[in-house]
Amino acid sequence: MGDLIPWRIVPREHASRQAVILVPAMTIVLTILCSIVLFTALGASPGLALYAFFVDPFSSAYSISEILVKASPLILIAQGLAIGFRAKVWNIGAEGQLIIGAISASLIPITWPQSTSVLMLPAMILMGVVAGMAWASIAAFFRTRYNASEIIVTLMLNQIAFQILYYLVTGPLRDPRGYNFPQSVPFPDAALYPTLFGGADIRANLSLAITIAASFAAWLYVSRSFSGFRLLVGGIAPAAARYAGFSQKRAIWISLLVGGAAAGLVGVGEIAGPIGKLQPILSPGYGFAGIIVAFLGGLNPIGIVFAGLFMAVIYVGSDSALLLADIPSSAPIVFQGFILVFYLAASLLIHYEIRGKAAVKSGGAA
Amino acid sequence: MDTFVFVFAGAFATATPLLLAAMGELVVERTGVLNLSVEGMMAISAAIAFMVVYTTGSHSLGFLIGAVSAAALSVIFAVLVLVFLANQVAAGLAVGILGLGLSALLARSFESETLIPLRDINLPVLSDLPVVGPILFTHDPVVYLTIAIGLVLAWMFTKTRLGLILRVVGENPEAAHNLGFSVLRTRFWAIVFGGCMAGLAGAYASTVLTPVWSQGMIAGRGWIAVALVVFGTWKPLRVMFGAYFFGAALLAELAVQSLGIDIPSQIMSSMPYALTILVLAAVSKDTVRIRLNAPVSLGENYRPSA
Repeated sequence: MGDLIPWRIVPREHASRQAVILVPAMTIVLTILCSIVLFTALGASPGLALYAFFVDPFSSAYSISEILVKASPLILIAQGLAIGFRAKVWNIGAEGQLIIGAISASLIPITWPQSTSVLMLPAMILMGVVAGMAWASIAAFFRTRYNASEIIVTLMLNQIAFQILYYLVTGPLRDPRGYNFPQSVPFPDAALYPTLFGGADIRANLSLAITIAASFAAWLYVSRSFSGFRLLVGGIAPAAARYAGFSQKRAIWISLLVGGAAAGLVGVGEIAGPIGKLQPILSPGYGFAGIIVAFLGGLNPIGIVFAGLFMAVIYVGSDSALLLADIPSSAPIVFQGFILVFYLAASLLIHYEIRGKAAVKSGGAA
Repeated sequence: MDTFVFVFAGAFATATPLLLAAMGELVVERTGVLNLSVEGMMAISAAIAFMVVYTTGSHSLGFLIGAVSAAALSVIFAVLVLVFLANQVAAGLAVGILGLGLSALLARSFESETLIPLRDINLPVLSDLPVVGPILFTHDPVVYLTIAIGLVLAWMFTKTRLGLILRVVGENPEAAHNLGFSVLRTRFWAIVFGGCMAGLAGAYASTVLTPVWSQGMIAGRGWIAVALVVFGTWKPLRVMFGAYFFGAALLAELAVQSLGIDIPSQIMSSMPYALTILVLAAVSKDTVRIRLNAPVSLGENYRPSA
């Protein structure tokens, strides 16, 4: 099949610096084009779809605050996952870690629904983070001890987490006065993140500050710490990492624990933020979208912030798209698929040059 | 006794989508490519096949168009990893997510609609035998076809030139290239074959096994299929055995309910996933055996040097 491809790809000596900006830009343009073609094929007007996804989300203070409400969990999860992805540890289980984190944190306000204690939120955060780590550590244990693929184990743990959540909200944790709805008692104010910026319908809350702090910590870890460097080497050159004595098991544990902690924290942020109780659906797929955000951000803590904001615009835009252009609510998942497909294709430019076949021949063996 | 017959007869049908998808993935992995988009390919085919059967009433057409749609997705995957040299894990996730999204998008107006499933073949005498009849001889044609495909693949890998080429490409792509086989071409067609098989699996799941459309109906079965390939250590017959074992496990929920045992249904629904983790761990633990059986170049992209 090599002879069917009209170009040759030649490795670069140094990763391209322009490509770091060019690749996400190309990805976003191609994604938007393809999605618009798809929505037009499904009967929506292309202009209206574009307006709904990319203009309407910026049309009011409320919707801008909604972008922040959605960007915060996306960025936080992606920062956690990216640390593992750089080490080639594939934690696909952020959704499950989010759910288990949320369930564990919810036990505190469900047990003390009248409490006004200031310790409530710190305790919930601690519970959520520890539970997210514990759920992820199951995968780390099976991978390091039994060599079982963390991809499959984390995915299976997602399914199990969904079932546990559903069991709890329809059974032991259901609000007895909730008319049989599958949800817990509403949390007291002391169990809710304080909102920022004021305003009655502005939902942006403390989780935004947590995400900013975590992003800064991720940046420090990746660019300034030796531990972050070891993880990166383990991902790029496993043989070199072994030779230098960097433990692969350690990399797997760190990657999964960090990812689980971030996802657990997001779980707390959702139930203590926009939701305010435990219910069967806690996230519109933030755990999976976080994977896309991590890649689109180039697995770089700063890039992830921008990628998360972009993805959040799509989520908010999809609400408008449903209302204005009758585009189904599953549209963000299609966007996510296109983003990752185009990102991976465009990423070729980072490490390779594309040349015409003739050019390579005249230049001799490259 | 009835429960026993129910579980073992049902296991064949429940195992069929797992086995179809796993057989496709097995061929792909034997050539050295890890395609993790099985779940998404099954989902898009499940949606499209459901819509086709719903509007035309023809299962054959549903299976055909379903397989083509999943194969189309697999071509995107193939282009990403063969032409753009993308990381195979990431490319599989990308195409998988795209498939899940398109599946939900396309079939959105079919939620909770139902279909008439394929009829079981009734064989004279054999189907009427007690116990053995319902377990072995009362199934729809796809169940038998799937078993046949498994046996043909087992024969192909061990006894034919094609099987040898596929194995060489997976074990040592450089050597295959030097012998004059096109590594990329072989991998491309293996990936497309895997796509078709995942498509048949999805079509069977949505139009025969549970002919009711609900978004997310594949529910992790694509991933169980990927795990099955590891359980079977890349050997078709062992994968078949694993698939039927899981088919029975997936039915355990219904069997337990029919026995009147009061276990929360969510716990029973979690069992296949927990079982996947445990069996995967038990098989993978033997790293020597995994290393002996896994295709050497699995997960590594190939860029012809000349």
